[in-house]
Amino acid sequence: MQSKLNLNRSLVDQARASAAAVAAQTQRFIDVHTTVTVERAVCRLLGIDGVNEMDVPLPNAVVDHLKEKGLLAGGAAQHIARAMLETGLGPQEIAEGIDRGEIDLSRLPARPERDVRAAVMPVAEAAAARIRQNVGKRRAYLEKFGDKTDPYLYVIVATGNIYEDIVQAKAAAKQGADIIAVIRTTGQSLLDYVPYGATTEGFGGTYATQENFRLMRKALDEAGEEEGRYIRLCNYCSGLCMPEIAAMGALERLDVMLNDALYGILFRDINPQRTIVDQFFSRVINSYAGVIINTGEDNYLTTADAVEEAHTVLASQFLNEQFALCAGLPEEQMGLGHAFEIAPDVENGFLYELAQAQMAREIFPDAPLKYMPPTKFMTGNIFRGHVQDALFNIVTILTKQRLHLLGMLTEAIHTPFMSDRALSIENAQYIFRTMHDLGDELVFKDGGIMQTRANEVLAKATGLLAEMESIGLFGTLERGTFADIKRSRTGGKGLDGVVTKDEGYFNPFVELMKGVRF
Amino acid sequence: MSSGLYNTHKGDFDKTLDLTRLRPYGDTMNDGKVQLSFTLPVKNDDRGQEAARQLARLMGFPEPSVALAQSLDKDYTFYVVYGSCAHSVDYTGIRVQAVETETMGMDEINDCIRANVGRKLIVVGASTGTDAHTVGIDAIMNRKGFAGHYGLERYEMIEAVNLGAQVPNEEFVKKAVELNADVLLVSQTVTQKEVHIQNLTELIELLEAEGLRERFVVVCGGARITHELAKELGYDAGFGPQKYADDVASFFVTEIIKRKVEKP
Repeated sequence: MQSKLNLNRSLVDQARASAAAVAAQTQRFIDVHTTVTVERAVCRLLGIDGVNEMDVPLPNAVVDHLKEKGLLAGGAAQHIARAMLETGLGPQEIAEGIDRGEIDLSRLPARPERDVRAAVMPVAEAAAARIRQNVGKRRAYLEKFGDKTDPYLYVIVATGNIYEDIVQAKAAAKQGADIIAVIRTTGQSLLDYVPYGATTEGFGGTYATQENFRLMRKALDEAGEEEGRYIRLCNYCSGLCMPEIAAMGALERLDVMLNDALYGILFRDINPQRTIVDQFFSRVINSYAGVIINTGEDNYLTTADAVEEAHTVLASQFLNEQFALCAGLPEEQMGLGHAFEIAPDVENGFLYELAQAQMAREIFPDAPLKYMPPTKFMTGNIFRGHVQDALFNIVTILTKQRLHLLGMLTEAIHTPFMSDRALSIENAQYIFRTMHDLGDELVFKDGGIMQTRANEVLAKATGLLAEMESIGLFGTLERGTFADIKRSRTGGKGLDGVVTKDEGYFNPFVELMKGVRF
Repeated sequence: MSSGLYNTHKGDFDKTLDLTRLRPYGDTMNDGKVQLSFTLPVKNDDRGQEAARQLARLMGFPEPSVALAQSLDKDYTFYVVYGSCAHSVDYTGIRVQAVETETMGMDEINDCIRANVGRKLIVVGASTGTDAHTVGIDAIMNRKGFAGHYGLERYEMIEAVNLGAQVPNEEFVKKAVELNADVLLVSQTVTQKEVHIQNLTELIELLEAEGLRERFVVVCGGARITHELAKELGYDAGFGPQKYADDVASFFVTEIIKRKVEKP
């Protein structure tokens, strides 16, 4: 790709090196800790599912038991393995036994590590095989139908009823949507468990449950077969249960998942130590399952100013890239996020948007960038809103963004009507068709507004990352650098779910999945 | 539009503005022109278009024209319909109940606190009693806010403390005193067997028993809360659905300033 921006490549290298140093420092912390949801994700992958009569998910029952008995530091897998050796039962029956109070994992005899591994690894390998099968099925679909090289049209459904969501999603797929994201109910991010079963009465969305994932996957495969296209499914791997939702997504063949290393800390006040440990395992799983992650930098600009704070978006993209690499996730699966959020009254605002989108494209050439539509300055004026979305569509096609989240003219009024989505798809398709190769025809003026803007943002981001390298990630969060939000390393929700690993700690799935390509 | 670019329709109606018979304005006084769009869950054919026209007639447009009928899916069709509204309203006779507090924007609220209070207001919020739902209190308090309205955490002149869910009333009051709160926000999502009424009543009784009721502005909110209900239960205000942080903050800022004037 020929550079349009004449970016200072040594600054890019410097920024990337600083981000790598920050991630490496943080990774040393991650490597010696686990969390309740990491261990619950291990339980889920070992096949533990369902709820007890009090609606407590069995993975929670097992992990609560381990925590109460002081066994969590060793990881759930080895204790389940010892119970398997002792009782001859499988993980699900063991979980049920623990829940009924019939099995006490603290009263099992010690076993040689070799035996423990021999007991649990085949079960873990079976889960990995199921995920590989899902990846194989996705590949088979893509081979059969082909994959689009233009930006994916990404729309949301948000009725709160999974069955109604399915109607909307199928209609959107027929109109041309490539990715369907099922909006999650607002309350879920702060739940320290994953609800069970199909949602029919959600508040502003449905719960991310394995059953909802399965139902929507099936519906989209049907719609895809009819349309002769593969329709991708997206959900939210965020909140207090990042790795568990990643595990469910891997088991049910989700294709795209929101997964940001810092989002929960900043926007949901989740404890920084907790999120940083959780994001690692969730990304190991996402990576193995061939899931494209979406990072949440666009959110910064909904609270902070899009002109003043553009460099924090870039800095965070560098960090998300490095954290993802630490989890073995390749650049081809990094849907780094950014957004079209400059106020419509800024003179040359469109030029800045175009420069910044092009900058992201040139700095992360292989990443399927996720570009978010205007939301902050959408009003009840649906007619102007449709024009704002058109400008946003133009930036995408000119700069080859990959995951193009369609703006809705009724943003800020209500969740999209079926017709809003259709109008929005029509708008994007019109622009993508008639401006298809315009980006290749354009060069930016040397030393002009756009080159200057991109280099300014890059220089500021590089400076910020250098500063972070000296104070570390937790220190930076305490200063309120991102989105103007300060988060202390011991504040927020979920810190009591963070545990220091003991020497015998064992997570079969990190061994099986991290950085593994097949 | 099926009627073409030029308006050739013979205008045989009175074109002088009469506020006792107010009608929509398209390009001629009293033409009553309205554009509307909707989707019907039927396939796109003549029968569907007739259904759209019949619906428009029932809505008060005697001669509707369907400008667009477009398939959204096999059994869903989108219509854009134009019509002249047959109805009028008497504008001169309209009296609206004055809104007690005008909703201000975030910057305006910050400025208002700066100018009139001169320090940050301390707001303590929780979903109290057995209620495990934080969606309501989070929508108002969390920085990100809800539906494009920033939460109170984002307000420079507000110190927002969100205690989360399942906070017992006793602990809520204790914390409010400890933090020297100006405003208490209570969210109630679960309303089975009127548990929210019981819980909200208990809080007010507790505050009164401790002689603390006058010290705070006390506001409740939730899907089934109305302002009337809140007043009846002894709260200063109540907010139902479609109310956001700026609505709530505008209320309590105005109330605090009012109290300062009354009892300086």
